[in-house]
Amino acid sequence: MKPPPFEYHDPRTEAEVVGLLARLDNAKLLAGGQSLMPMLNMRYVLPDHVIDLNRVEGLSYIREAEGALEIGALTRQRDLEFSDLVRTRCPLMHEAVRQVGHRQTRNRGTIGGSLGHLDPAAELVTVATALDAIVTVAGPTGRREVPFAEFPAGFMMPSIALDEFITAVRIPLWRSDHGFAFVEFARRHGDFAIVSAAAMLEADGSGRPARASVTIGGATIAPQRMRDIEQGLVGQTLSQQLFRDLCESCRALEAIDDIHAPAAYRQHLAVVLSRRALQAAHARLNGTAVLPKRH
Amino acid sequence: MPHSRNIALTVNGERYEREVEVRLMLADFLRHHLGLTGTHLGCEHGVCGACTILLDGRSARSCLLLAVQCDGHDVMTVEGIAPSADALHPLQEAFRDHHGLQCGFCTPGMLTTLIEFLRENPDPTEEEVRIAISGNLCRCTGYQGIVAAALDAAKRMQAAPA
Ligand code: FES
Ligand code: FES
Repeated sequence: MKPPPFEYHDPRTEAEVVGLLARLDNAKLLAGGQSLMPMLNMRYVLPDHVIDLNRVEGLSYIREAEGALEIGALTRQRDLEFSDLVRTRCPLMHEAVRQVGHRQTRNRGTIGGSLGHLDPAAELVTVATALDAIVTVAGPTGRREVPFAEFPAGFMMPSIALDEFITAVRIPLWRSDHGFAFVEFARRHGDFAIVSAAAMLEADGSGRPARASVTIGGATIAPQRMRDIEQGLVGQTLSQQLFRDLCESCRALEAIDDIHAPAAYRQHLAVVLSRRALQAAHARLNGTAVLPKRH
Repeated sequence: MPHSRNIALTVNGERYEREVEVRLMLADFLRHHLGLTGTHLGCEHGVCGACTILLDGRSARSCLLLAVQCDGHDVMTVEGIAPSADALHPLQEAFRDHHGLQCGFCTPGMLTTLIEFLRENPDPTEEEVRIAISGNLCRCTGYQGIVAAALDAAKRMQAAPA
C-alpha cells in the first residue's frame, strides 16, 4: 500500500501553519499520524497537501497555570502517560491514557490529534468531555477557545473551520481529594473501547458529592455527559443502590449500532460501566487522588 | 520530481543521504532504498507491529511514518540490535533459547519493542511484558516463548549490562 501523491509542507511556526491553511485547498494536518497515516495508506483520504505539524515549535508542553493544566496540541500520549503533573493533578487522564493503543502508537499519537480526529470511542475525547476541557484553535483572525461541550459538531466532526487548527487544550483541575475512575470495555488490550465510562466526584464537608461528572464514551456519536446521573448524585448519600438506580438511565442512550456491537449491547455496557466507574470513583473519594507511579 | 525531497538521517549509527518521494513511508525507505529488509511489513496500517523501529530511541510503527519526517533524526532497526556481525544481543540469544520465534515474521517488531521496554523497565513482571508486546501480533508462537525470552533476557541483561 502506498499513500496517494501529495505535496508535503513542514512549517516551523504557528503563523506558517495558519498561512498554509489559508492558501491551500484540500489540505490535511499530520500530527502523530496514528489515524491519518493508515487512512492515507488505504487511500481513504486523498489530500492534495499534507501539512506536517511535527516541526512546529512550541506545541509540546504540559504545565499548570491558574487552576488548569495546559497541554500543547503536539504533546505525545506517552508524555501524558509519564507526566507527574498529569498523574498527580489530573489522574483521570493518567488512568485513561494508559488504555490508549499500544506503546508504539502512544509514542507518536498526540492529544491534539486525538481531539481533532474526534473518534467517539477515543479515550482522550471521553476525558476531555468529562473534564470540560477548553480547546484553543488558531486561525486567520487569531486564536479562539472552544468549550468541549460545543466541540463536536457531529460524528467525528470537530467545530473547527478548514483554515483553523488546534494548538492547545486546557483542563480545569478538580480539588486534589476528588474521586475519579476511567473504565472501558474493549475486545483486546489496546483496542478502541466499545464503550467507556469516566466518573469524577468531589465531596462537600459532609462527604456527599458537591460536584459530579459522568461521561459515556463510544456509545453515541460523540462522548456524552450523563447530566441526569450527575444531578442525581449531588447532595445525596452515596450507595450501591443509588448508583444502580441512576445508571439505568444509560439504557435510553441513542446508541451506535455497527459491526462491533448492536445498540442494545452498547446501552447495556454503558449501564454497567458507569456504575463501575462511580463505584471506583467513590472508593477513591477523599483518599488521595494520585495514582501510583508505574514501573 | 516535484514531490521529492533530499533527506539525511542516521540508521543504526550510519548516516544516509537520499532523495525520496515525500509520500514514501519509512518502512519502504528502509527496505527498498537502504536494503534493510529486517523490518517487516504485515498490515501497513498500524495494527500488527511487525514494522516497529526506534525513532530517536522510541518505538514507533514505520508504516505510519513518512521517510521525510525522519530527516535529521535517528532510526534504529532490528539490524542495529546485535553488537557485531557474529554476535547476538542477549535479547536475541534469549529468543533463540526459548523458541521465541518460529517463522520469524513478527520478530523484528518484538525485538525492537522489547529493547525499548527493557531499557525503561529492566526488571519486569510477566504481566508487564505481555502489556508491552500487546501491540505486536504473532501467528506462530502463542506468545509463551516470547514472554519467557523477554523475562530471561531481562535477567541476562542485568547480569551483564551492555
Ligand atoms: S506493518 Fe506497520 S503495524 Fe503492521
Ligand atoms: S514467529 Fe511467526 S509470526 Fe511470530
